[in-house]
Amino acid sequence: MNEIVQFENVGLRYGAGAETLSDLSFTLYPGSFYFLTGASGAGKTSLLKLLYLSQRPSRGVIRLFGEDAVTMPRARLPGFRRRIGVVFQDFRLVPHLSAFDNIALPLRVAGVREKDLETPVAEMLDWVGLGDRASARPATLSGGEQQRVAIARAVIGRPEILVADEPTGNVDPDMAVRLLQLFEALNTLGTTIVVATHDIHLLSKVPGAQMMKLEKGSLSDPTGSLRHPPIPQDTTV
Amino acid sequence: MLQFFFIPGHDRRLIPEGRLSGPMPWVIAIMIFLMVLATAAGLAFSEAARSVSDDLSSRVTVQIVEANADVRNRQSEDVAASLRGLDIVAQVRVLPEGEIRELIEPWLGTQDIGEDIPLPALIDVTLARKAGPAELEELQSAAAQLSSAARVEPSSGLIEPVIDLVRSLQWIALGLVFLLAAATAAAVIISARAALNTHDETIGIIHLLGGTDRQISKLFQRRIALDALLGGIIGLVGGAAIIWLLGMQLSALGSGLVQSLGLSWQSMLIIAAIPIMGMLLAMMTARMTIMGALKKIL
Repeated sequence: MNEIVQFENVGLRYGAGAETLSDLSFTLYPGSFYFLTGASGAGKTSLLKLLYLSQRPSRGVIRLFGEDAVTMPRARLPGFRRRIGVVFQDFRLVPHLSAFDNIALPLRVAGVREKDLETPVAEMLDWVGLGDRASARPATLSGGEQQRVAIARAVIGRPEILVADEPTGNVDPDMAVRLLQLFEALNTLGTTIVVATHDIHLLSKVPGAQMMKLEKGSLSDPTGSLRHPPIPQDTTV
Repeated sequence: MLQFFFIPGHDRRLIPEGRLSGPMPWVIAIMIFLMVLATAAGLAFSEAARSVSDDLSSRVTVQIVEANADVRNRQSEDVAASLRGLDIVAQVRVLPEGEIRELIEPWLGTQDIGEDIPLPALIDVTLARKAGPAELEELQSAAAQLSSAARVEPSSGLIEPVIDLVRSLQWIALGLVFLLAAATAAAVIISARAALNTHDETIGIIHLLGGTDRQISKLFQRRIALDALLGGIIGLVGGAAIIWLLGMQLSALGSGLVQSLGLSWQSMLIIAAIPIMGMLLAMMTARMTIMGALKKIL
């Protein structure tokens, strides 16, 4: 199986401080579902930033879609970013755009024609239960509604990797289950899912998902499956 | 380049636009207003210098400095007749004494100066072409054969210092235009940077969704170009009004070099193009500033 993401001895340091992430080595495979857990401040968001190309590591090698993402020329990054969907912890919706326009943004950035994006965006709005709030701006939406818009925006472009930072943090349990079902549905279609969460109850809701645990910037590998090459499940301690 | 005006409405909404809402259009309006005045002055000086220079470069004056009035009159008639026979001479006119007295009136007053001060005879010669050294030599030798007191002087030599002054003013005006263009570019750089800071969050989101620098830059370029165009039109209208008023006043003076200060239709086209030039300058400056700033972001 070809790896979609590969980290080798990756470290991340902000400024002159201590390393936020140290010696991360793991591999993610296409069509897999991963949970990234860890206490607050463990480095989950920093690791996701490396994944969605918002940050370059201080050291180590990151291979994304088979290419070296660390030395990749800046001009090539947008093309790679379009293959990655991101749900930000703070949603990062464009405040002066409607829910419809926020969800349509990745498609417009990718150059999809207006007549080709209306139906998928409307369907996505319906799916996240915001069909009647299409023209509402983020400031008039509740936290949960904003989060659903952010999720819809991340998945509308059918990304190859979906990275979600605490995607269920502001939604009720029913909506959390529906969102996970959406992620699973995408996963079934071949999208690799990486969900950062500190809610350990979520983990049991996705059978077959693998777990990565960050502790003080280092990755522990409870299942052993993240290593490259992966350790067979029956030898995992 | 004008494709930036035709980006779709939904893309335009990414960066909210407000016409004449910030200081930028008004700063550009003032710059374009001053640029229009400086350009008009430069062009008017240039045209005046060229017009006067062209007019005088094919004319010479022959002076016959002879104290004896009879000899002087006879020699002037002989020289004039001789000059009329030359190929390069188009027209010869012996100035009547009354006209010569009028010419010296500003210096010697209107009283009858009689025979106490002998006046030279003056012959106004219009040539068929510009008077170069060879033509002047030919005229001088033709005149000298008939009068040893004859002196040929090119008319352009009389006004050369004034022409030089006018040309200096023309270069000063051109320098002012360049300084104003540089100041406009500086204002655009400040405005573009401020706009980038204001929309920093939106730019970050577009980047992370796979937006390219060019896509982001286009949004700002359009906004700045429209601001510059609106400001430019306001500046042009103000400047044109001032030029029109000055033109009215100058034409009322109706004399000499001042009257030759005017603008041809080509000059007016150049002035009318200033807002477009300003817009293109603003757009290019904005593009370079924004692309440069975006390169610092991953």
